[in-house]
Amino acid sequence: MSESVLVLPKAAVLGKSHTSGWYVWRGIFTLLLLAGAYATYVRFTAGLGGVTNLSDHFPWGIWVGFDVLCGVGLAAGGFTLVAAVHIFNIERYKPIVRPAVLTAFLGYILVVVALLFDLGRPWNIWHPLIMWNPRSVMFEVAWCVTLYSTVLALEFAPAVFERLEWKRTLASLRVISIPLVIAGVLLSTLHQSSLGSLFLIVPRKLYPLWYSPMLPVMFFVSAVCAGLAMTIFESWHSSRAFGRQLEMPLLNGMARLLAVLLAVNLTIRFLDLLHRDALRLLLENRTETWLFALESALMLIPTVLLFSRRVRGNPTSLYFMALLVLFGFIANRLNVSITGMEAGSGVHYIPRWTEVAVTLAICALGFAVFRWAVLNLPVFEEKE
Amino acid sequence: MCIGCRACEQGCAQRWNLPWNETIGAEERLSAHKLTTITTHDGRYSRRLCMHCAEPTCVSVCPVGALQKTAFGPVVYDANKCMGCRYCMTACPFQVPVYEWNKRVPRVRKCDMCRDRQAAGKPTACAEACPTGATSCGDRDTLIAEAKRRMTASPNDYYPQIYGLKEVGGTSVLMLSAVPFDQLGLRTDLPGQPLPGLTWAALAHVPDVVSVGGVLLGGIWWITHRREDVARAEGGGKEPRS
Repeated sequence: MSESVLVLPKAAVLGKSHTSGWYVWRGIFTLLLLAGAYATYVRFTAGLGGVTNLSDHFPWGIWVGFDVLCGVGLAAGGFTLVAAVHIFNIERYKPIVRPAVLTAFLGYILVVVALLFDLGRPWNIWHPLIMWNPRSVMFEVAWCVTLYSTVLALEFAPAVFERLEWKRTLASLRVISIPLVIAGVLLSTLHQSSLGSLFLIVPRKLYPLWYSPMLPVMFFVSAVCAGLAMTIFESWHSSRAFGRQLEMPLLNGMARLLAVLLAVNLTIRFLDLLHRDALRLLLENRTETWLFALESALMLIPTVLLFSRRVRGNPTSLYFMALLVLFGFIANRLNVSITGMEAGSGVHYIPRWTEVAVTLAICALGFAVFRWAVLNLPVFEEKE
Repeated sequence: MCIGCRACEQGCAQRWNLPWNETIGAEERLSAHKLTTITTHDGRYSRRLCMHCAEPTCVSVCPVGALQKTAFGPVVYDANKCMGCRYCMTACPFQVPVYEWNKRVPRVRKCDMCRDRQAAGKPTACAEACPTGATSCGDRDTLIAEAKRRMTASPNDYYPQIYGLKEVGGTSVLMLSAVPFDQLGLRTDLPGQPLPGLTWAALAHVPDVVSVGGVLLGGIWWITHRREDVARAEGGGKEPRS
């Protein structure tokens, strides 16, 4: 990690004059933040009942299903790329490690922000650190997320210290970098799979197309897929937003790995249904069947097409494949946490607009901070 | 034996300082202001309250140990520990814990089997209020013996099973009925094993992942970077790693 490699984007980008598109995005951003601010006010004055459609029979909604489960999964690109470069020593991926770590770090911060909304008593969020219950999956997730966020902060810290030119601090971080990387990969493996283990406790509530003793394994594999897809997605958008060239050979190689992992993912899902004798459920004409079909199709299309060199080689088709994987992943997490739980709990849940407003405002903030960091810190590698 | 008079509901409300009137009585579901309820099923009555499982799911899932099973049977809640993740509500197989959705400082609410009254040697408020003896309170083994005595004495009046004897490993609240339990809206598809074993099966692998994973990752790192060192020692073209 020599300091001279990573620099700020060209000054030309910073000084670009504002187009009409810029004003439209700025307007949408402001609207989302205003709606989010209103929902925040109601949330913390009137309680969860004032802004959510949650109920005694349906205590977890989109703040858990989307903000937390999807947020953590989409941030999995961080540990995947860190492992590829620093453990497996695949040096050519080095240029995209830092943006992936930044995405992951921001992702985890946003997950914690979302938790502050969702927890009934958010000021007690630190309690798992001193009040232990090692039999609880939630306890393990709380510890892993806390520790891993610290690891991510330390992994991204060199970008900040390079900017500040704190050479001594940089050197001391380099000494602990390998143990840090290994700890990060282990912690990620643990909590990505544990988010699936959370649902092992509801065998009679979660619809059997999703309930499986293999949930931890499935959550881990699909999170790695989502993390890689997110890295492709974010490289594509960064290249457009900051006028950078797309690292196509790199992304091509990553898409290949993604194709293999997606195939592994689908194989596990299929074998799981087969061994649990749950394939026959696919013949039932129920909402769950169609949602399962949607989720599977979203994953199956990129799995097949990404094996084609032409699809991988074209930036636009590669981007759309990554998008399908992301949608398939989100559909899966929402099915496990929300739609798959409806029949078992006997109530129908549709998020209230204020729940959606908080989620969108948090996402918008994430994009804004990412943009700020890319413009002000050495995140992307300079093109020769 | 239950005549649906809702005296148990009123006794419970009084004990918790909760309001009770005809409207609340007609709600027939557990909520933050109703910790036990009579439910009506085709002219038959049943009751809902915390089942106080022998190996409670809620106690196992709570990340901060806010829920505890006490030695005498009650499963109790400590709001000061609770961070409000509501995993207990998601996980409970009987859908018992309820939430104060409209409070700024919300609590989980649930029946605590009148822990304080029990400690003082008194029956629960609901059992005391019951005019017909449909709810009674006592040692679990004694109650099981009494249930079996009734079932043998008048086999035509009772469905020959005790609800709560085996469900999710057994509960401290037991129910008798004249009809199969699913006709009273009770879940009859619950496994006979306690649910906490399901998540423990996954959690038990955490030390394996850490130890095997740590060694594996360290090993891979050593091998992949060793190649570089060798290449450098032999005068290969690769830059030394920083």
